[in-house]
Amino acid sequence: MTLPRMEALLGLLVAALLVLAALSTPWMKFVLTIALAKGIAVLGILLLLRAGQVSFGHALYVAIGAYSVAFLAPSIPDAALLLPAAALVATLAGALIGLFVSRYREIFFGMLNLALSMVFYSMLEKFYHLTKGTDGIRVPPLTAAGMTLDRVTFEWTVFATALVLALAFGAFARAYLLSPMGEALGAIKTRETRLEFMGVSPRRVLLSAYILSAMMAGCAGALVAMTTRHVTPLLSYWTASGELVFIAILGGAGGVLGPFLGAIAYELVRVYAAATVADMWQMILGAVLLLVILFARGGIWGLLSARAGKGAGA
Amino acid sequence: MGGWFQDNGPLLGLALLDGIASAALIFMVAVGLNLVFGVLRVLNVAHGSLFAIGAYAAASVGVFAASAGLPAWASLPALLLAAILVGLVLGPLVERLLLRRIYDEEPVLQLLVTFALFMILEDAQKLIWGVQPVSFSTPVSLLGTVDVPFGADVIPYNTYQVILLPLVAVATLAGLALFLRRTLTGRVIVAVTTDREAATAMGIDARRVFLLTFTFGAMLAALGGALSAPTTSLVPGIGASTIVLSFAVVATAGLGQIEGAALTALMIGIGRSVAVTFAPELEVVVPYMIMVLVLLVRPQGLFGVVETRRI
Repeated sequence: MTLPRMEALLGLLVAALLVLAALSTPWMKFVLTIALAKGIAVLGILLLLRAGQVSFGHALYVAIGAYSVAFLAPSIPDAALLLPAAALVATLAGALIGLFVSRYREIFFGMLNLALSMVFYSMLEKFYHLTKGTDGIRVPPLTAAGMTLDRVTFEWTVFATALVLALAFGAFARAYLLSPMGEALGAIKTRETRLEFMGVSPRRVLLSAYILSAMMAGCAGALVAMTTRHVTPLLSYWTASGELVFIAILGGAGGVLGPFLGAIAYELVRVYAAATVADMWQMILGAVLLLVILFARGGIWGLLSARAGKGAGA
Repeated sequence: MGGWFQDNGPLLGLALLDGIASAALIFMVAVGLNLVFGVLRVLNVAHGSLFAIGAYAAASVGVFAASAGLPAWASLPALLLAAILVGLVLGPLVERLLLRRIYDEEPVLQLLVTFALFMILEDAQKLIWGVQPVSFSTPVSLLGTVDVPFGADVIPYNTYQVILLPLVAVATLAGLALFLRRTLTGRVIVAVTTDREAATAMGIDARRVFLLTFTFGAMLAALGGALSAPTTSLVPGIGASTIVLSFAVVATAGLGQIEGAALTALMIGIGRSVAVTFAPELEVVVPYMIMVLVLLVRPQGLFGVVETRRI
């Protein structure tokens, strides 16, 4: 079986497993919705990683998506309208900021994103009369496409939406990475000048990936807001951005399934670890990140596909 | 305009003094970050943690010195001692165990490795010193206050922040400039910064230079932290805000610029303290606004030089 086909089948398998897990216990549904949402955001990080760029500020777009939902919910209390609206706001913000940051590479790119997300964080925190500061904003109960649903049904709707979006974005990201635009992203990493020789603008290539990643993060933020029903400035804090990068590395940057495997592993471990070793949580994350980078460069996906490759050869 | 100055003169003076004091500290951290980046080509995200650990260590050493019955003036050398200790212990440890493995990796991975280190050190620091605020103000009270004339007004300000900190920063700047330009070791460091391959081909042991520079940079960060310890109460998170701020300075000044970093630190320090005084909600935003504005006009930083592209 070829690797791409295996990836697609494995994706469907994981999706089926997720549905079963969500059916088994009520809290699993909550955890997995968050994991899927984060996986979608990490998918955007993956696109940028393909260009060798890492953004330490993508929680900015997650927060923009989440706050869009919180701000717009009183006037348009329907999830089916809020999700695209949040994605649109994040996309516009991504286009605007992308015009600026796509001129920079590597450290500058990473840290400028970090700086901008921290600016947004402090704005959310300081403009109390608009954002209610660190208290955050509660998201009122929403309807879904005009239907008033009870709480459990609504949660299932969000879970299903997250799952469908994850599959759709996953398929899209795979097609994108195989397209000329995706190949050009890889070229930014290896030798940008060669792209210019061919008459391709590296800046535009990076910008379009950046805008896509902002849109994905915005969708993720909207899903998070609809699941937790409460948004706080912490969504855009640098640790949240670091988390996304962490998941990308943990899951593996080699395939589009990586972000989701990483996000699910991350969220599940967090449920247990945060309760038992709360003081050392960050330290453990840091240590795992080091181990993955130094010894298992491909992350979870890398380990899985290496195993599969060996199995096929034997 | 004259009326505004009449009313807000002392306030503005105070803001300027605050700015100078914080600029001195920011410079100490930023210059170390810059030096390490220049030589090792690794942006050390954990540099902020070294600052925080230096601060906490200084508070511990100072409190210990006081409890051992040493006189109050001993708190000043105690600060220096703590910084040197932190640099000497953590610098070689981090360089040997971690950075040495990743010099040939892509920048993204280098960034992630120091980021992971940052996460580890941040929790280690919480485990050692707890999350309660720690304060140690002996050096500030020891030196008393000084009256600073500002226009028609006289502003009393503590000597430690308005005289000692800037003095240390200026001494560091001058010392570093002399060291890099006049001594053999300094020139070797500059050589490695300019062209690692050529320097190695000339028989320079780049690994030794890396170790030396990183340890020295760690010491500078710890010294910045140690000096900041008496001026504020230490809480978790100072490492994070410091690294972001000093990166803003380094990026605005241009990577590898030492004198430029000093001027930029002054600009950002004063900008921030003026914001604290007159528009508190903009405090956190001002350094980044300065950085973004500068980078929009000059992508290589205020004093940076455009690097020739290697094809």
